[in-house]
Amino acid sequence: MSLNLKNLRGAVLPLALLLVWYAVTALGLVNTKLIVPPEKVLQVAYKFVMRGNFLESIEASLFRDLSGFLLGSVAGVLLGVLMGLSRWTERFVGPSFNTLKQISLFAWLPLISTWLGTGDAAKILFVALSAFYPVALNTFEGVRGVSKAQLEVARVYAFTYKQLITKLILPSASPQILTGLHLGLIYAWMATIGAEFLLISSGSGLGDTVIKGRAAFNIELIVFGMLTIGLIGAIFNHIATRIERRLLVWRGA
Amino acid sequence: MSEITSSVLIRPAGAGRWFAVLGNLTHRLGLSAVGLILPLAVLGLWQYAVNHEWVAIQLLPPPELVWQSLRELWDAGDLTRNLAVSLTRIGWSVLIGSSIGWLLGFLMGLSRTARDFLYPSFEVFTQFPVVGWIPILIIFLGIDEGLKIAAISIAVVVPVTVATFKGIVNIPSALLEVAKVYRFSHSQVLLRVVLPAALPALFSGFRQGIMQAWLALVFVELLASSEGIGYLMVWGRQLMQLDLVFVGLLVIGLVGVALDVSLRYLESRLQSWRHAAH
Repeated sequence: MSLNLKNLRGAVLPLALLLVWYAVTALGLVNTKLIVPPEKVLQVAYKFVMRGNFLESIEASLFRDLSGFLLGSVAGVLLGVLMGLSRWTERFVGPSFNTLKQISLFAWLPLISTWLGTGDAAKILFVALSAFYPVALNTFEGVRGVSKAQLEVARVYAFTYKQLITKLILPSASPQILTGLHLGLIYAWMATIGAEFLLISSGSGLGDTVIKGRAAFNIELIVFGMLTIGLIGAIFNHIATRIERRLLVWRGA
Repeated sequence: MSEITSSVLIRPAGAGRWFAVLGNLTHRLGLSAVGLILPLAVLGLWQYAVNHEWVAIQLLPPPELVWQSLRELWDAGDLTRNLAVSLTRIGWSVLIGSSIGWLLGFLMGLSRTARDFLYPSFEVFTQFPVVGWIPILIIFLGIDEGLKIAAISIAVVVPVTVATFKGIVNIPSALLEVAKVYRFSHSQVLLRVVLPAALPALFSGFRQGIMQAWLALVFVELLASSEGIGYLMVWGRQLMQLDLVFVGLLVIGLVGVALDVSLRYLESRLQSWRHAAH
Protein backbone atom coordinates (compact mmCIF):
# COMPACT_ATOMS: atom_id res chain seq x y z
CA MET A 1 0.00 0.00 0.00
CA SER A 2 2.80 2.37 0.87
CA LEU A 3 4.35 1.47 -2.48
CA ASN A 4 1.17 2.49 -4.26
CA LEU A 5 1.11 5.76 -2.39
CA LYS A 6 4.65 6.49 -3.50
CA ASN A 7 3.77 5.72 -7.11
CA LEU A 8 0.97 8.24 -6.86
CA ARG A 9 3.44 10.97 -5.98
CA GLY A 10 4.60 11.07 -9.59
CA ALA A 11 1.08 11.97 -10.68
CA VAL A 12 0.85 15.01 -8.39
CA LEU A 13 2.82 17.38 -10.60
CA PRO A 14 1.06 16.64 -13.90
CA LEU A 15 -2.34 16.72 -12.22
CA ALA A 16 -1.54 20.01 -10.50
CA LEU A 17 -0.43 21.51 -13.79
CA LEU A 18 -3.61 20.33 -15.49
CA LEU A 19 -5.68 21.77 -12.66
CA VAL A 20 -3.90 25.13 -12.80
CA TRP A 21 -4.27 25.17 -16.58
CA TYR A 22 -7.97 24.46 -16.29
CA ALA A 23 -8.52 26.91 -13.42
CA VAL A 24 -6.77 29.92 -14.95
CA THR A 25 -8.62 29.51 -18.23
CA ALA A 26 -12.00 28.78 -16.64
CA LEU A 27 -11.71 31.76 -14.30
CA GLY A 28 -10.57 34.00 -17.13
CA LEU A 29 -7.31 34.91 -15.40
CA VAL A 30 -5.36 34.71 -18.63
CA ASN A 31 -5.87 35.57 -22.25
CA THR A 32 -7.68 32.44 -23.45
CA LYS A 33 -6.65 33.17 -27.03
CA LEU A 34 -3.05 32.56 -25.98
CA ILE A 35 -3.52 29.99 -23.27
CA VAL A 36 -6.30 27.88 -24.67
CA PRO A 37 -8.56 25.96 -22.30
CA PRO A 38 -7.91 22.21 -22.13
CA GLU A 39 -11.44 21.35 -23.18
CA LYS A 40 -10.96 23.28 -26.41
CA VAL A 41 -7.85 21.27 -27.15
CA LEU A 42 -9.94 18.14 -26.72
CA GLN A 43 -12.62 19.55 -29.01
CA VAL A 44 -10.13 20.38 -31.75
CA ALA A 45 -8.45 17.02 -31.26
CA TYR A 46 -11.79 15.25 -31.67
CA LYS A 47 -12.63 17.21 -34.80
CA PHE A 48 -9.18 16.68 -36.25
CA VAL A 49 -9.17 12.95 -35.58
CA MET A 50 -12.73 12.41 -36.81
CA ARG A 51 -12.88 14.70 -39.80
CA GLY A 52 -9.41 15.98 -40.48
CA ASN A 53 -6.43 14.23 -41.96
CA PHE A 54 -5.02 13.07 -38.64
CA LEU A 55 -4.35 9.47 -39.62
CA GLU A 56 -3.07 10.55 -43.00
CA SER A 57 -0.51 12.91 -41.46
CA ILE A 58 0.63 10.34 -38.89
CA GLU A 59 1.03 7.84 -41.68
CA ALA A 60 3.06 10.29 -43.78
CA SER A 61 5.37 11.11 -40.86
CA LEU A 62 5.83 7.49 -39.86
CA PHE A 63 6.63 6.55 -43.43
CA ARG A 64 9.37 9.18 -43.62
CA ASP A 65 10.67 8.28 -40.20
CA LEU A 66 10.84 4.53 -40.69
CA SER A 67 12.15 4.48 -44.24
CA GLY A 68 14.84 7.01 -43.32
CA PHE A 69 15.69 5.03 -40.19
CA LEU A 70 15.93 1.79 -42.16
CA LEU A 71 18.25 3.28 -44.80
CA GLY A 72 20.39 5.09 -42.27
CA SER A 73 20.77 2.20 -39.88
CA VAL A 74 21.61 -0.37 -42.57
CA ALA A 75 24.28 1.99 -43.89
CA GLY A 76 25.43 2.68 -40.33
CA VAL A 77 25.79 -1.00 -39.37
CA LEU A 78 27.65 -1.73 -42.61
CA LEU A 79 30.12 1.10 -42.18
CA GLY A 80 30.51 0.41 -38.46
CA VAL A 81 31.33 -3.28 -39.05
CA LEU A 82 33.71 -2.43 -41.88
CA MET A 83 35.56 0.18 -39.85
CA GLY A 84 35.62 -2.11 -36.84
CA LEU A 85 37.04 -5.08 -38.74
CA SER A 86 39.50 -3.41 -41.04
CA ARG A 87 42.09 -0.98 -39.75
CA TRP A 88 42.58 0.32 -43.29
CA THR A 89 38.92 1.18 -43.73
CA GLU A 90 39.06 3.00 -40.43
CA ARG A 91 42.14 4.96 -41.47
CA PHE A 92 40.58 5.72 -44.81
CA VAL A 93 37.06 6.72 -43.73
CA GLY A 94 37.43 7.42 -39.99
CA PRO A 95 38.82 10.98 -40.09
CA SER A 96 36.18 12.12 -42.61
CA PHE A 97 33.44 10.39 -40.61
CA ASN A 98 34.52 11.98 -37.33
CA THR A 99 34.72 15.43 -38.89
CA LEU A 100 31.38 15.26 -40.70
CA LYS A 101 29.77 13.96 -37.50
CA GLN A 102 30.51 17.30 -35.83
CA ILE A 103 28.44 19.25 -38.36
CA SER A 104 25.21 20.05 -36.56
CA LEU A 105 22.62 17.85 -38.26
CA PHE A 106 20.17 20.52 -39.37
CA ALA A 107 22.90 22.45 -41.18
CA TRP A 108 22.57 19.87 -43.97
CA LEU A 109 18.98 20.82 -44.70
CA PRO A 110 19.57 23.95 -46.83
CA LEU A 111 21.93 21.95 -49.05
CA ILE A 112 19.68 18.89 -49.24
CA SER A 113 16.64 20.99 -50.07
CA THR A 114 18.48 22.82 -52.85
CA TRP A 115 19.44 19.54 -54.45
CA LEU A 116 16.38 17.43 -53.79
CA GLY A 117 13.57 19.92 -53.18
CA THR A 118 11.22 19.76 -50.21
CA GLY A 119 9.54 16.46 -51.02
CA ASP A 120 9.83 13.04 -49.41
CA ALA A 121 13.19 12.27 -51.02
CA ALA A 122 14.89 15.16 -49.23
CA LYS A 123 13.20 14.39 -45.92
CA ILE A 124 13.98 10.69 -46.02
CA LEU A 125 17.61 11.37 -46.90
CA PHE A 126 17.87 13.74 -43.96
CA VAL A 127 16.26 11.26 -41.56
CA ALA A 128 18.61 8.55 -42.84
CA LEU A 129 21.59 10.81 -42.17
CA SER A 130 20.41 11.49 -38.64
CA ALA A 131 20.09 7.77 -37.84
CA PHE A 132 23.33 6.90 -39.62
CA TYR A 133 25.79 8.58 -37.25
CA PRO A 134 24.79 7.05 -33.91
CA VAL A 135 24.33 3.59 -35.47
CA ALA A 136 27.69 3.66 -37.27
CA LEU A 137 29.53 4.99 -34.23
CA ASN A 138 28.10 2.46 -31.76
CA THR A 139 28.49 -0.45 -34.16
CA PHE A 140 32.13 0.49 -34.71
CA GLU A 141 32.78 0.68 -30.99
CA GLY A 142 30.98 -2.62 -30.39
CA VAL A 143 32.93 -4.47 -33.08
CA ARG A 144 36.20 -2.94 -31.94
CA GLY A 145 35.40 -4.06 -28.42
CA VAL A 146 35.45 -7.78 -29.27
CA SER A 147 38.20 -9.17 -27.08
CA LYS A 148 41.50 -10.39 -28.50
CA ALA A 149 41.15 -13.68 -26.62
CA GLN A 150 37.85 -14.44 -28.32
CA LEU A 151 39.29 -13.60 -31.71
CA GLU A 152 42.19 -15.97 -31.03
CA VAL A 153 39.85 -18.78 -30.06
CA ALA A 154 38.01 -18.21 -33.34
CA ARG A 155 41.32 -18.42 -35.18
CA VAL A 156 42.24 -21.66 -33.40
CA TYR A 157 38.94 -23.15 -34.49
CA ALA A 158 39.69 -21.95 -38.04
CA PHE A 159 36.49 -19.97 -38.40
CA THR A 160 35.71 -18.82 -41.90
CA TYR A 161 35.19 -15.10 -42.39
CA LYS A 162 31.44 -15.59 -42.50
CA GLN A 163 31.49 -17.63 -39.29
CA LEU A 164 33.67 -15.04 -37.64
CA ILE A 165 31.13 -12.32 -38.39
CA THR A 166 27.90 -14.20 -37.68
CA LYS A 167 29.08 -16.35 -34.76
CA LEU A 168 31.43 -14.03 -32.91
CA ILE A 169 31.51 -10.40 -33.94
CA LEU A 170 27.84 -9.60 -34.43
CA PRO A 171 26.69 -11.40 -31.25
CA SER A 172 29.33 -9.84 -29.02
CA ALA A 173 28.79 -6.38 -30.53
CA SER A 174 25.01 -6.67 -30.36
CA PRO A 175 24.45 -4.67 -27.15
CA GLN A 176 26.33 -1.70 -28.60
CA ILE A 177 24.63 -2.07 -31.98
CA LEU A 178 21.23 -2.10 -30.27
CA THR A 179 22.16 1.00 -28.29
CA GLY A 180 23.09 2.65 -31.56
CA LEU A 181 19.81 1.62 -33.19
CA HIS A 182 17.86 2.91 -30.19
CA LEU A 183 19.63 6.27 -30.38
CA GLY A 184 19.14 6.28 -34.14
CA LEU A 185 15.40 5.78 -33.66
CA ILE A 186 15.20 8.77 -31.31
CA TYR A 187 17.26 10.95 -33.64
CA ALA A 188 15.24 9.86 -36.67
CA TRP A 189 11.98 10.98 -35.06
CA MET A 190 13.44 14.34 -34.12
CA ALA A 191 14.79 14.72 -37.64
CA THR A 192 11.43 13.80 -39.18
CA ILE A 193 9.59 16.49 -37.24
CA GLY A 194 12.40 19.01 -37.75
CA ALA A 195 12.50 18.39 -41.49
CA GLU A 196 8.72 18.77 -41.71
CA PHE A 197 8.99 22.11 -39.90
CA LEU A 198 11.77 23.44 -42.09
CA LEU A 199 10.96 21.99 -45.49
CA ILE A 200 7.44 23.20 -45.94
CA SER A 201 5.73 21.27 -48.69
CA SER A 202 2.19 20.66 -49.81
CA GLY A 203 2.24 17.13 -48.39
CA SER A 204 0.84 16.09 -45.04
CA GLY A 205 2.68 15.13 -41.89
CA LEU A 206 2.51 15.76 -38.16
CA GLY A 207 5.18 18.45 -38.33
CA ASP A 208 3.42 20.05 -41.30
CA THR A 209 0.16 20.10 -39.35
CA VAL A 210 1.76 21.82 -36.37
CA ILE A 211 3.63 24.39 -38.44
CA LYS A 212 0.50 25.18 -40.43
CA GLY A 213 -1.37 25.48 -37.15
CA ARG A 214 1.16 28.08 -36.09
CA ALA A 215 0.69 30.04 -39.30
CA ALA A 216 -3.08 30.02 -38.69
CA PHE A 217 -2.59 30.79 -34.97
CA ASN A 218 -4.51 27.60 -34.20
CA ILE A 219 -3.02 26.98 -30.76
CA GLU A 220 -5.32 24.07 -29.94
CA LEU A 221 -4.00 22.25 -32.97
CA ILE A 222 -0.39 23.01 -32.05
CA VAL A 223 -0.86 21.68 -28.52
CA PHE A 224 -2.55 18.54 -29.77
CA GLY A 225 0.07 18.04 -32.48
CA MET A 226 2.88 18.41 -29.94
CA LEU A 227 1.27 15.90 -27.60
CA THR A 228 0.93 13.43 -30.46
CA ILE A 229 4.57 13.93 -31.47
CA GLY A 230 5.67 13.31 -27.88
CA LEU A 231 3.42 10.27 -27.56
CA ILE A 232 4.77 8.66 -30.72
CA GLY A 233 8.32 9.36 -29.55
CA ALA A 234 7.51 7.71 -26.23
CA ILE A 235 6.01 4.66 -27.95
CA PHE A 236 9.13 4.25 -30.10
CA ASN A 237 11.29 4.53 -27.03
CA HIS A 238 9.22 1.98 -25.15
CA ILE A 239 9.28 -0.53 -28.02
CA ALA A 240 13.02 -0.09 -28.50
CA THR A 241 13.70 -0.64 -24.79
CA ARG A 242 11.61 -3.83 -24.76
CA ILE A 243 13.22 -5.22 -27.90
CA GLU A 244 16.67 -4.46 -26.49
CA ARG A 245 15.83 -6.28 -23.28
CA ARG A 246 14.35 -9.29 -25.03
CA LEU A 247 17.20 -9.66 -27.50
CA LEU A 248 19.81 -9.43 -24.79
CA VAL A 249 18.21 -12.00 -22.50
CA TRP A 250 20.69 -14.67 -23.66
CA ARG A 251 23.51 -12.64 -22.15
CA GLY A 252 21.98 -13.22 -18.75
CA ALA A 253 22.38 -9.55 -17.94
CA MET B 1 49.01 -4.66 -39.53
CA SER B 2 50.83 -1.68 -38.12
CA GLU B 3 52.10 -3.81 -35.25
CA ILE B 4 53.80 -6.19 -37.63
CA THR B 5 55.44 -3.48 -39.71
CA SER B 6 56.66 -1.54 -36.71
CA SER B 7 58.16 -4.63 -35.10
CA VAL B 8 60.03 -5.29 -38.33
CA LEU B 9 61.33 -1.73 -38.23
CA ILE B 10 62.76 -2.02 -34.75
CA ARG B 11 66.48 -2.74 -34.93
CA PRO B 12 68.46 -3.82 -31.92
CA ALA B 13 71.08 -1.15 -31.16
CA GLY B 14 72.79 2.22 -31.71
CA ALA B 15 71.99 4.22 -34.80
CA GLY B 16 69.58 1.50 -35.79
CA ARG B 17 67.28 2.54 -32.99
CA TRP B 18 67.08 6.06 -34.35
CA PHE B 19 66.25 4.70 -37.74
CA ALA B 20 63.51 2.73 -36.13
CA VAL B 21 62.07 5.78 -34.38
CA LEU B 22 62.27 7.81 -37.58
CA GLY B 23 60.76 4.98 -39.58
CA ASN B 24 58.01 4.59 -37.06
CA LEU B 25 57.25 8.30 -37.23
CA THR B 26 57.02 8.44 -41.02
CA HIS B 27 55.03 5.25 -40.86
CA ARG B 28 52.53 6.86 -38.50
CA LEU B 29 52.37 10.06 -40.56
CA GLY B 30 51.78 7.97 -43.64
CA LEU B 31 48.94 6.17 -41.91
CA SER B 32 47.16 9.37 -40.91
CA ALA B 33 47.69 10.71 -44.44
CA VAL B 34 45.45 7.85 -45.60
CA GLY B 35 42.59 9.74 -43.99
CA LEU B 36 43.22 12.65 -46.33
CA ILE B 37 42.68 10.59 -49.47
CA LEU B 38 38.88 10.59 -49.24
CA PRO B 39 38.36 14.35 -48.67
CA LEU B 40 40.92 15.18 -51.36
CA ALA B 41 39.23 12.80 -53.78
CA VAL B 42 35.85 14.40 -53.08
CA LEU B 43 37.37 17.84 -53.59
CA GLY B 44 38.96 16.68 -56.84
CA LEU B 45 35.69 15.22 -58.07
CA TRP B 46 33.91 18.44 -57.13
CA GLN B 47 36.41 20.52 -59.12
CA TYR B 48 36.22 18.10 -62.03
CA ALA B 49 32.42 18.25 -62.05
CA VAL B 50 32.53 22.04 -62.05
CA ASN B 51 35.14 22.16 -64.85
CA HIS B 52 33.08 19.90 -67.06
CA GLU B 53 29.83 21.66 -66.16
CA TRP B 54 28.10 18.51 -65.02
CA VAL B 55 25.67 20.51 -62.92
CA ALA B 56 24.50 24.12 -62.92
CA ILE B 57 26.68 26.52 -60.96
CA GLN B 58 23.66 27.43 -58.81
CA LEU B 59 23.53 23.83 -57.62
CA LEU B 60 27.24 23.29 -57.19
CA PRO B 61 29.46 26.35 -56.83
CA PRO B 62 33.15 25.89 -57.64
CA PRO B 63 35.37 25.25 -54.59
CA GLU B 64 37.32 28.46 -55.18
CA LEU B 65 34.09 30.48 -55.07
CA VAL B 66 33.31 28.98 -51.66
CA TRP B 67 36.82 29.86 -50.49
CA GLN B 68 36.46 33.38 -51.93
CA SER B 69 33.08 33.92 -50.20
CA LEU B 70 34.58 32.68 -46.96
CA ARG B 71 37.41 35.23 -47.27
CA GLU B 72 35.00 38.04 -48.20
CA LEU B 73 32.62 37.28 -45.34
CA TRP B 74 35.55 37.10 -42.98
CA ASP B 75 37.08 40.39 -44.21
CA ALA B 76 33.73 42.19 -44.06
CA GLY B 77 33.24 40.95 -40.50
CA ASP B 78 29.95 39.25 -41.38
CA LEU B 79 31.22 35.87 -40.42
CA THR B 80 32.60 36.84 -37.03
CA ARG B 81 29.51 38.94 -36.25
CA ASN B 82 27.05 36.13 -37.02
CA LEU B 83 29.23 33.59 -35.29
CA ALA B 84 29.44 35.82 -32.23
CA VAL B 85 25.62 36.08 -32.16
CA SER B 86 25.31 32.30 -32.33
CA LEU B 87 27.95 31.65 -29.70
CA THR B 88 26.36 34.19 -27.34
CA ARG B 89 23.09 32.30 -27.67
CA ILE B 90 24.90 29.07 -26.88
CA GLY B 91 26.59 30.66 -23.89
CA TRP B 92 23.41 31.94 -22.26
CA SER B 93 21.47 28.76 -22.96
CA VAL B 94 24.21 26.53 -21.59
CA LEU B 95 24.37 28.69 -18.48
CA ILE B 96 20.61 28.61 -17.92
CA GLY B 97 20.06 25.04 -19.08
CA SER B 98 22.85 23.47 -17.08
CA SER B 99 21.95 25.41 -13.93
CA ILE B 100 18.41 24.04 -14.13
CA GLY B 101 19.73 20.61 -15.07
CA TRP B 102 22.17 20.43 -12.17
CA LEU B 103 19.55 21.67 -9.75
CA LEU B 104 17.02 19.10 -10.92
CA GLY B 105 19.61 16.35 -11.04
CA PHE B 106 20.89 17.05 -7.54
CA LEU B 107 17.38 17.37 -6.17
CA MET B 108 16.22 14.07 -7.64
CA GLY B 109 19.52 12.35 -6.92
CA LEU B 110 19.72 13.35 -3.27
CA SER B 111 16.12 13.28 -2.14
CA ARG B 112 13.94 10.24 -2.48
CA THR B 113 10.83 12.39 -2.06
CA ALA B 114 11.84 14.82 -4.81
CA ARG B 115 12.55 11.85 -7.05
CA ASP B 116 9.11 10.36 -6.44
CA PHE B 117 7.41 13.64 -7.24
CA LEU B 118 9.52 14.85 -10.15
CA TYR B 119 11.00 11.89 -11.98
CA PRO B 120 7.86 10.58 -13.73
CA SER B 121 7.07 14.05 -15.09
CA PHE B 122 10.66 14.56 -16.12
CA GLU B 123 10.64 11.25 -17.95
CA VAL B 124 7.58 12.33 -19.93
CA PHE B 125 9.24 15.67 -20.63
CA THR B 126 12.31 13.98 -22.13
CA GLN B 127 10.16 12.07 -24.60
CA PHE B 128 9.40 15.24 -26.55
CA PRO B 129 11.92 16.00 -29.25
CA VAL B 130 13.36 19.48 -28.62
CA VAL B 131 12.21 20.69 -32.01
CA GLY B 132 8.63 19.86 -31.01
CA TRP B 133 8.63 22.60 -28.37
CA ILE B 134 9.49 25.37 -30.75
CA PRO B 135 6.07 26.11 -32.35
CA ILE B 136 4.48 26.49 -28.94
CA LEU B 137 7.37 28.59 -27.69
CA ILE B 138 6.97 30.86 -30.71
CA ILE B 139 3.37 31.52 -29.71
CA PHE B 140 4.38 32.62 -26.23
CA LEU B 141 7.76 34.20 -26.82
CA GLY B 142 7.55 35.46 -30.38
CA ILE B 143 10.57 34.90 -32.59
CA ASP B 144 13.00 37.11 -30.71
CA GLU B 145 16.02 36.27 -28.66
CA GLY B 146 13.86 34.81 -25.88
CA LEU B 147 12.68 32.01 -28.14
CA LYS B 148 16.19 30.97 -29.10
CA ILE B 149 17.47 31.01 -25.53
CA ALA B 150 14.45 29.08 -24.27
CA ALA B 151 14.57 26.44 -27.00
CA ILE B 152 18.31 25.87 -26.72
CA SER B 153 18.13 25.79 -22.91
CA ILE B 154 15.53 23.02 -23.07
CA ALA B 155 17.94 21.06 -25.24
CA VAL B 156 20.63 21.49 -22.57
CA VAL B 157 18.45 20.68 -19.53
CA VAL B 158 17.65 17.10 -20.53
CA PRO B 159 21.14 15.56 -20.89
CA VAL B 160 22.52 17.56 -17.95
CA THR B 161 19.71 16.43 -15.62
CA VAL B 162 19.89 12.79 -16.69
CA ALA B 163 23.67 12.59 -16.29
CA THR B 164 23.70 14.42 -12.94
CA PHE B 165 20.89 12.32 -11.54
CA LYS B 166 22.47 9.04 -12.65
CA GLY B 167 25.90 10.15 -11.46
CA ILE B 168 24.57 10.74 -7.96
CA VAL B 169 22.37 7.67 -7.76
CA ASN B 170 25.24 5.45 -8.89
CA ILE B 171 27.63 6.58 -6.17
CA PRO B 172 28.73 3.37 -4.41
CA SER B 173 26.84 3.12 -1.13
CA ALA B 174 30.08 2.10 0.60
CA LEU B 175 31.36 5.65 0.15
CA LEU B 176 28.26 7.08 1.76
CA GLU B 177 28.52 4.59 4.62
CA VAL B 178 32.09 5.58 5.33
CA ALA B 179 30.92 9.19 5.45
CA LYS B 180 28.25 8.15 7.92
CA VAL B 181 30.82 6.37 10.09
CA TYR B 182 32.91 9.53 10.16
CA ARG B 183 29.77 11.45 11.10
CA PHE B 184 30.07 13.85 8.18
CA SER B 185 27.63 16.74 8.22
CA HIS B 186 25.27 17.18 5.25
CA SER B 187 27.47 19.79 3.63
CA GLN B 188 30.54 17.64 4.17
CA VAL B 189 28.86 14.66 2.52
CA LEU B 190 27.88 16.87 -0.38
CA LEU B 191 31.25 18.55 -0.86
CA ARG B 192 33.58 15.70 0.02
CA VAL B 193 31.72 12.61 -1.18
CA VAL B 194 28.90 13.34 -3.58
CA LEU B 195 30.48 16.09 -5.64
CA PRO B 196 33.85 14.42 -6.30
CA ALA B 197 32.26 11.03 -6.95
CA ALA B 198 29.69 12.43 -9.38
CA LEU B 199 32.05 14.87 -11.09
CA PRO B 200 32.78 12.78 -14.20
CA ALA B 201 29.06 12.25 -14.76
CA LEU B 202 28.42 15.95 -14.20
CA PHE B 203 30.98 16.91 -16.78
CA SER B 204 29.88 14.31 -19.29
CA GLY B 205 26.33 15.66 -19.01
CA PHE B 206 27.66 19.16 -19.52
CA ARG B 207 29.53 18.08 -22.66
CA GLN B 208 26.44 16.39 -24.08
CA GLY B 209 24.43 19.48 -23.19
CA ILE B 210 26.73 21.72 -25.20
CA MET B 211 26.61 19.41 -28.20
CA GLN B 212 22.78 19.32 -27.99
CA ALA B 213 22.77 23.12 -27.73
CA TRP B 214 24.79 23.33 -30.92
CA LEU B 215 22.24 21.08 -32.66
CA ALA B 216 19.23 23.05 -31.41
CA LEU B 217 20.88 26.39 -32.22
CA VAL B 218 21.25 25.61 -35.90
CA PHE B 219 17.66 24.37 -36.05
CA VAL B 220 16.15 27.43 -34.42
CA GLU B 221 18.30 29.76 -36.50
CA LEU B 222 17.16 28.05 -39.67
CA LEU B 223 13.52 28.29 -38.59
CA ALA B 224 13.27 31.81 -37.25
CA SER B 225 16.18 34.20 -37.12
CA SER B 226 17.57 37.32 -38.71
CA GLU B 227 21.17 36.83 -37.66
CA GLY B 228 23.49 34.05 -36.68
CA ILE B 229 25.34 31.39 -38.56
CA GLY B 230 22.17 29.42 -39.40
CA TYR B 231 20.55 32.55 -40.78
CA LEU B 232 23.56 33.05 -43.06
CA MET B 233 22.73 29.69 -44.63
CA VAL B 234 19.03 30.45 -45.02
CA TRP B 235 19.97 33.74 -46.65
CA GLY B 236 22.35 32.04 -49.07
CA ARG B 237 19.72 29.44 -49.89
CA GLN B 238 17.11 32.10 -50.63
CA LEU B 239 19.47 34.02 -52.90
CA MET B 240 20.38 30.73 -54.54
CA GLN B 241 23.98 31.43 -53.57
CA LEU B 242 25.01 27.98 -52.56
CA ASP B 243 28.56 29.13 -51.85
CA LEU B 244 27.18 30.80 -48.71
CA VAL B 245 25.49 27.54 -47.69
CA PHE B 246 28.82 25.74 -48.06
CA VAL B 247 30.57 28.43 -46.04
CA GLY B 248 27.96 27.92 -43.32
CA LEU B 249 28.47 24.15 -43.35
CA LEU B 250 32.23 24.62 -43.14
CA VAL B 251 32.05 27.03 -40.23
CA ILE B 252 29.48 24.94 -38.36
CA GLY B 253 31.67 21.88 -38.84
CA LEU B 254 34.78 23.72 -37.62
CA VAL B 255 33.05 25.07 -34.52
CA GLY B 256 31.63 21.60 -33.84
CA VAL B 257 35.08 20.03 -34.04
CA ALA B 258 36.58 22.79 -31.86
CA LEU B 259 33.86 22.32 -29.22
CA ASP B 260 34.24 18.56 -29.24
CA VAL B 261 38.04 18.57 -29.04
CA SER B 262 38.23 21.16 -26.27
CA LEU B 263 35.53 19.48 -24.18
CA ARG B 264 37.18 16.08 -24.55
CA TYR B 265 40.50 17.62 -23.55
CA LEU B 266 38.94 19.19 -20.45
CA GLU B 267 37.28 15.89 -19.60
CA SER B 268 40.55 13.97 -19.80
CA ARG B 269 42.27 16.62 -17.68
CA LEU B 270 39.50 16.27 -15.13
CA GLN B 271 39.95 12.49 -15.08
CA SER B 272 43.71 12.68 -14.56
CA TRP B 273 43.23 15.30 -11.86
CA ARG B 274 40.84 12.95 -10.09
CA HIS B 275 43.26 10.04 -10.30
CA ALA B 276 46.08 12.21 -9.00
CA ALA B 277 43.94 13.28 -6.06
CA HIS B 278 43.23 9.72 -4.99
